[in-house]
Amino acid sequence: MKEKLVLIGNGMAGMRTIEELLAIDTDLYDITVFGDEPYGNYNRILLSPVLAGEKTIDEILLNDEQWYQDNHITLHKGQAIRKINRSQRKLSTAKGQEFDYDRLLIATGSKPFMIPIPGKDLEGVIGFRDIADVNTMLSASEQYKKAIVIGGGLLGLEAANGLLQRGMDVTVVHLMDYLMERQLDQAAAQMLLQSLQQKGLNFLLKTSTEAILGNEQGQVQGIRFSGGDELEADLVVMAVGIRPNIELAQQAGIYCEKGVVVNDTLQTYDPRIYAVGECVQHRGQVYGLVAPLFEQAKVCANHLAQIGFARYQGSMLSTKLKVTGIDLFSAGDFHGDEDTETILFQDPAGGIYKKIVVKDNQIKGAVLYGDTIDGAWYFQLMRENANIQDIRQSLLFGQSHLGDSGHGDENRAAKLPDSAEICGCNGVCKGDIIQAITNKGLFTLEDVRAHTKASSSCGSCTGLVEQILAVTLGGDYSATPKEKPICKCTDYTHDQVREAIRQQKLISIGKVMEYLEWRSVDGCATCRPALNYYLISTWPEQAKDEAQSRFINERAHANIQKDGTFSVIPRMLGGMVKPDELRAIADVVDKFNIPEMKVTGGQRIDLLGVKKHELPAVWRDLGKAGLISGHAYGKAMRTVKTCVGSEWCRFGTQNSTRLGIRLEELTWGSWMPHKFKLAVSGCPRNCAEATIKDFGVVCVDSGYELHIGGNGGVKVRATDLLCKVETEEQTLEYCAAFIQIYREQARYLERTAPWVERVGLSYIKQQVVEDTEQRQALHQRFLISQKYAQIDPWAERAKGMEQHEFVPLKQVG
Amino acid sequence: MATWIDVGQLDDIPKQGARVVSTRSGNIAIFRTKQDDIFAIRDECPHKKGPLSQGIVHDKKVTCPLHNWNINLETGQAIAPDEGSTPCFKSRVIDGIISILL
Repeated sequence: MKEKLVLIGNGMAGMRTIEELLAIDTDLYDITVFGDEPYGNYNRILLSPVLAGEKTIDEILLNDEQWYQDNHITLHKGQAIRKINRSQRKLSTAKGQEFDYDRLLIATGSKPFMIPIPGKDLEGVIGFRDIADVNTMLSASEQYKKAIVIGGGLLGLEAANGLLQRGMDVTVVHLMDYLMERQLDQAAAQMLLQSLQQKGLNFLLKTSTEAILGNEQGQVQGIRFSGGDELEADLVVMAVGIRPNIELAQQAGIYCEKGVVVNDTLQTYDPRIYAVGECVQHRGQVYGLVAPLFEQAKVCANHLAQIGFARYQGSMLSTKLKVTGIDLFSAGDFHGDEDTETILFQDPAGGIYKKIVVKDNQIKGAVLYGDTIDGAWYFQLMRENANIQDIRQSLLFGQSHLGDSGHGDENRAAKLPDSAEICGCNGVCKGDIIQAITNKGLFTLEDVRAHTKASSSCGSCTGLVEQILAVTLGGDYSATPKEKPICKCTDYTHDQVREAIRQQKLISIGKVMEYLEWRSVDGCATCRPALNYYLISTWPEQAKDEAQSRFINERAHANIQKDGTFSVIPRMLGGMVKPDELRAIADVVDKFNIPEMKVTGGQRIDLLGVKKHELPAVWRDLGKAGLISGHAYGKAMRTVKTCVGSEWCRFGTQNSTRLGIRLEELTWGSWMPHKFKLAVSGCPRNCAEATIKDFGVVCVDSGYELHIGGNGGVKVRATDLLCKVETEEQTLEYCAAFIQIYREQARYLERTAPWVERVGLSYIKQQVVEDTEQRQALHQRFLISQKYAQIDPWAERAKGMEQHEFVPLKQVG
Repeated sequence: MATWIDVGQLDDIPKQGARVVSTRSGNIAIFRTKQDDIFAIRDECPHKKGPLSQGIVHDKKVTCPLHNWNINLETGQAIAPDEGSTPCFKSRVIDGIISILL
């Protein structure tokens, strides 16, 4: 007999928990769901667009009745639970029916707070909470003209905007002297006020309501303010706040304060009873937005499935307003106090306002108006308590978005038309993304990537996609959690996994999965390559490189092309090449009918269209001329690009080609978290473009400037200057130390540019420049690792190693 | 008439790996999972015909090397939210010899 799990509350929090549970185990419980409302589960946060006429109710349904049937869940809709009998583990409904439970999940949400003033029960006075409220507003807008919204917060403004779109004459009455005082500072609120006024809304600020007036039929007629003035209205919407709906829990004697009190596994004081969503109080905090419920649901589902070690530790929230055409973001403590500093950008004519509150070089809060593309980034820096000292000067200008490829310089998603292409790689428009979010019930960036493919290739449009999510779902979209698990196979993050590998001396993928209790049989295409990298970089002498856990390019040592053929790029140290090598390449191209050759951006020659079974023979011929693998296919050290330097150039200050060759001799073959490029320029004219490389050297008359963390790809980022040294020997040592700390500390698939931004230039300088012992130790560890890495994979395979990779199993017919 | 054709030994294919059998009508990918299950499917992703034999094999699935679609090796179906399918072939292993029904 399966245990009985009963959910009270067919809303987003409860159902998300059930969905998470089903994703882990479909067979553990008999599930029954009770919901007050006569519908399936719908997306409550999209009620505002329904009211504004941008969506229909059908479009915001998350799970229809068929879904409940398909998943063998019994749904009692339109049925309220009246009583929980905990000693007998029974529930009784309003109709007097009784049901047993083994485990109970309370997700009763919240209720709108109705100000206790005369007239609050009149016909036409409502909150803004459910489909019934929206229907009342819609029918009012068809019959009547005048509406008043009490409350100038997030919900009130969304209600007011909706009613305005429906053709009503709307006045917002707000007690405070500016709008959204819990999310905005005065300057941003003023800009918001102006744009809402331009849209046609009326406002009465610093105004309190004394009574709601009605006629003899009990129908609302208007309101009276405390000064005695009156204003006519046919509809009054109270949107002054919400209260957790805890009556049922209280009656059952479950401990409640402001909400139902739960622990870090979302259990109430009765451990058989769980609670999630807006009805709970966790660590003293009650949440009125939907974002935290996603984290809560995950933890609760894990615990219900009896596999959970995850704990919910509270959420940090950011807010967006769901009013079409208005871009607004706020998070954290944006007012500041005497201990904080404020970084401010104000352009009223351009409609842009940005404020960041900083304390001890950490972001404590932010308000953005007009241009919110960097909201997600600031929020991430804030949650990670990142030290912003090094990026302070450019912080307000965002995360180096200037010059991003793929979507022009557009950074204001709310203002774009639906036909605007957001993802240039996969050809996804804004309209496609919005449609997927609303029709398929998506809440996270991961969801959008899976369903639309937007932001899933190069990632340059991630900021825009997050913005569209936020604009579509308002304050309720689920920001990417602080540190993500590696993949769906585990709850552990990259850093936790690597720490376990180091601490526990784990030397194989199987051992890692066993020790960390991987959920899947043998991982997936995301975690296996990451684990393989962590193992070989942590234990270069002991760990076995597992070919089957590498992406095809690294397994076949060539780049797969879209037609299934491969491309071959031989190494040419420093971009220098000899006649015999060129002859060998030309001969190979003729002999194997290789269709095309190309000179690459990294100063190498690419042979395109090689058939897989001919790769070992191609390599054998290239190897005879001394050419080895160029590793252009790997998350590995790629190339050292050089200019001709002082040997030939009249401006050259140092021998940049010789240094480039020495650097490449030192570093070739090294596996990295991501690809890694170097360059050496012989003078500050920088012809080798060293300042957009992972490690770049700019020669000057007095020595060598060492630059790090540059990138010339999706996000153009110029390098930071690490330090200046005097000799080639020093350059080699610093380079090795920098590479090694990147190899040991960056997460798999994290390039140096975001890694440097994440850990801070100061930290890297301290480790590599200031701490001599540390630098030498890093250098030594790199040399040890290179002993195992600098074996030419082409030569081995040309001699017959791993033949199964290249030869068909059989030829039939 | 379809007939069973021997294509090789179990140990010719690495665990969590694949090799191809080339036929006149295109390549067939033979997969070997970690648990030594054998599956034979057309070596073409339903998305853009990527060579599935070159993908990473995990559980009874393979991830296409071109655009990371996941294909169920038992059914040839793309795993949701992606949609599409690749033809499967019957396979068996007797005394370590793999054969497929062609």
